[in-house]
Amino acid sequence: MARRPMMLPDYSIGMRNPEMTLGEKIWQINWIMILLTTLVASTGFAMLYSAANGNMDPWASRQITRFAIGLAIMLTVALVDVRIWFRHAYLIYLAGLALLVAVELVGETGMGARRWIDLGFIQLQPSEVMKVAVILALARHFHGMASEEVGRLGNLLIPMLLIAAPTALVLKQPDLGTSIMLAAVGAAVFFCAGVRLWKFAAVGAAGLALIPIAWQFLHEYQRARVLNFLNPESDPLGSGYHLFQSKIALGSGGLFGKGFLLGTQSHLNFLPEKHTDFIFTMFAEEFGMVGGLTLLGLYALLLAFGFAIGLRARNQFGRLLAIGLTCNLFFYVFINIAMVMGLIPVVGVPLPLISYGGTAMLTVMGGLGLVMSVYIHRDIRIPRRGPGDDL
Amino acid sequence: MALKQESQDSAKTFTRRALLVGGAQGLLLSALAARMYYLQIVEADRYVTLAEDNRVNLRLIPPPRGRIVDRLGIPMALNQQNYRVVLVREQAREVEPILDSLAQIISLSEHDYRRILREVSRKRAFVPVTVQDYLTWEQVSRIEVNAPDLPGVSIEVGQTRHYPYSEALTHILGYVSAVSERELTGDPLLELPGFRIGKQGIEKQYDNALRGSAGNSHLEVNALGRVIRELSRDEGTPGRDLVLTVDAELQTFVHKRLENELSASAVVMDIHNGDVLALASAPGFDPSIFNVGMSNETWQALINDPLAPLTNKAIAGQYAPGSTYKMIVALAAMESGIGSDHRVFCPGHMTLGNAKFHCWKRHGHGWVDMVEAIKQSCDVFFYDVARKAGIDRIAEVSKRFGLGATTGIDLPGEQPGTIPTRDWKLATTGEPWQMGETLVSAIGQGFVLSTPLQLAVMTARLANGGKAVTPRLTRPATDSGEAKEPPSMNISPAMLRVLHHSMDLVVNHQRGTAYGARIDIDGKEMAGKTGTSQVRRISLAERAAGVYKNEDLPWRRRDHALFVAYAPVHAPRYCCAVVVDHGGSVSKAAAPIARDILLETQVRDPAVNPPIQLVAGDPARAQGS
Repeated sequence: MARRPMMLPDYSIGMRNPEMTLGEKIWQINWIMILLTTLVASTGFAMLYSAANGNMDPWASRQITRFAIGLAIMLTVALVDVRIWFRHAYLIYLAGLALLVAVELVGETGMGARRWIDLGFIQLQPSEVMKVAVILALARHFHGMASEEVGRLGNLLIPMLLIAAPTALVLKQPDLGTSIMLAAVGAAVFFCAGVRLWKFAAVGAAGLALIPIAWQFLHEYQRARVLNFLNPESDPLGSGYHLFQSKIALGSGGLFGKGFLLGTQSHLNFLPEKHTDFIFTMFAEEFGMVGGLTLLGLYALLLAFGFAIGLRARNQFGRLLAIGLTCNLFFYVFINIAMVMGLIPVVGVPLPLISYGGTAMLTVMGGLGLVMSVYIHRDIRIPRRGPGDDL
Repeated sequence: MALKQESQDSAKTFTRRALLVGGAQGLLLSALAARMYYLQIVEADRYVTLAEDNRVNLRLIPPPRGRIVDRLGIPMALNQQNYRVVLVREQAREVEPILDSLAQIISLSEHDYRRILREVSRKRAFVPVTVQDYLTWEQVSRIEVNAPDLPGVSIEVGQTRHYPYSEALTHILGYVSAVSERELTGDPLLELPGFRIGKQGIEKQYDNALRGSAGNSHLEVNALGRVIRELSRDEGTPGRDLVLTVDAELQTFVHKRLENELSASAVVMDIHNGDVLALASAPGFDPSIFNVGMSNETWQALINDPLAPLTNKAIAGQYAPGSTYKMIVALAAMESGIGSDHRVFCPGHMTLGNAKFHCWKRHGHGWVDMVEAIKQSCDVFFYDVARKAGIDRIAEVSKRFGLGATTGIDLPGEQPGTIPTRDWKLATTGEPWQMGETLVSAIGQGFVLSTPLQLAVMTARLANGGKAVTPRLTRPATDSGEAKEPPSMNISPAMLRVLHHSMDLVVNHQRGTAYGARIDIDGKEMAGKTGTSQVRRISLAERAAGVYKNEDLPWRRRDHALFVAYAPVHAPRYCCAVVVDHGGSVSKAAAPIARDILLETQVRDPAVNPPIQLVAGDPARAQGS
């Protein structure tokens, strides 16, 4: 990965707190990232149009509206000084945690799990918001630590709690996919902050030891999904049906696909959840491996930008924030596509920017906005104890 | 500067680790690409097939069943449209109020309600559920008129087998009914709901030809099974129409005539080519009850009826032929060298060892020769010649005349009867043959058993000059008519003349046993032979008590009355065998029936109209009307 990606204007290293005007900031916006985001989202619009058998309603039109809102949020977030995000990181985290508790108390139930709060204009899923909030909080926490401080076991207790609290709440909903993602994203930030590898090994070993106990806490349908993952074709009409139909759809797409609006598996409803979790399957059925690889390439480019920005940032908060958010995007992409291709068990993780669903789209775009904010304010140095109140 | 140093350390660590994370992500994304290659390129063929299997649903189109017509082309079994009212939940939304409205037009029992609601809740919303079958035309029109108030209700048309002659032809045609579990052969056609196959008679015998072959329709369906569109369609082959040798009107006449008796059967045959013109067994049953489905009580009543309405007695009833067997014994005697002028004195009985064998005429016939013995059916004469000819020679002649083995008529369920020989008895009972048994066999009693059809075949072979005709209900497709002569049995014409003369006298001589049943119309006279099949011997005690006649016994114990005949006497064309179960006196029961049948046959003269030829594979005909 390039150390210096394209189009980065070269600020002199010695520059201190370069206060930027709004015009300068707008000039600094990474328009290629916005283009990539729009391209991916447009693929989503096309697929939602196809999922509705060639209709803008009920999905594509609403998704476009959300994307427009998301774009506005993304740009706004990008233009806000990264120090403000730094200052409010814990507040955002606490707000997210409060929402998670709230959903437990007043949340709406879907598929047997409490997942969202109905705000009227959007069904807010606090667990999605929480992914970004956890990264913000962790980035802020590790920002203030020197290498040797990171090495001390006691200093890891608070960040581990920062991850454990929302993970436990989300697992209780129950939403296995999101809680795995929370833990994984947290682990990625830990790793990049310099936590020793043997500590990961220790936690990993402990995690493995806990699997039999965790199995007891899993819901029946979650266990069934894991078991079906291990042998999906044993029971093609039972709970392994979805995955099997997904593989048929993908496989029958072949190299070039069946053509737009012509996916038989999708349009004859053999494919479940084709507008949400299994939308990649539908895309690969209609556009084949060529289409699938192209989409994968777009995501890879978006991720590459995220990494480049992280590497380029001159403050630890920005670096960790950019990498954390990029990893978050990666986990979305990887878990979703690996799931529909039968590489991992079926867990409810949407394909970012493409699957129908408001919260995921807005949080992913908000996250990208944060990454862009890190980019725009890449040369700003933030003191160990945080920026002063002069901002 | 310590601070700066530290943050540079963090930055270095970060860069190293971020690159590691990025590399790992790159690897994992490559794994996704590899998986995509595996599914979409390597395994693509398999998944393409599976996707097609998902998408395409093969639906069978049941072929219309072939019609069965008589020799003149009159339909005896055909398909009728039957109307049923069905309900589609999806369109009806509220099922119960609609059933309530329907109940004002058709009668729906509490049981029907429950069945319909159960089916509606089980099946998918777009699958029609049958509310009632076999609607009358009036009900159909009332439902159609009220259609706007009955959303989701529609009329469907199905096909039912219809038998216009009902009972008169059941035993020939058989019937169709739903396929039972053990009749499933793996042919998916048989698994179609409502599909019917032949269960008896011609319907069973020629089921495959009548059935035709199923067409199919390739339908694109969605995951719920709803049909999206038809991809292709193959109409299949309709069942073949079948022409029988039967004359439906004559058959109806015969059946009606037999219905005057409690239980009887008759066969009318063309003696030259074996065409069966009528074959009836009374009582019969209404074949449509099997199609519609019957109550358990009806079924129990049918199978427990002592008159065995379900049995085709003309081919499956085995009777001792009685004196109708005497022509065979006479021929065996002549072939063993006994002349037709052989004379025997009949004192009313014959003594063999300690046993006394009675003649039916208590005081005897006096001196009789062969012709006289057949004419008056003298038992003692036949005791005498049978002793001389021997049982095995009698059996050999019997077999040449088609007795003791199935005739091979194209109907299921035919029985072979029994013609005893010395070896047969040893093999079946383990005991040696007794001379007394030869005497009993000589008058067609004891072990000898035959079906009415076998007796008709025997009579035909006697009347046609010794040609081995076999009975048939259909003509082979290649047979263009009368071309093929049945093989000759090489019987001396002189001997046959003796038998013909005797059978003429039986009916047309005033001392003949069937003189009372003669046909007194010039050129239509018949010849024949009476027979009585003993159900049980009248015991000495009963004789002492004055029981001599069958009329004095309860019905179940009375003798069967048999009569075989052919006509016209001098240029024979038709033969007939009649058996009246427990009919008692032959001259009162069987012979008059045979007379009426043969007279009617000669009046109709079906032989002048050979069975019609149908144009093969004409679907319009197979559709019926």
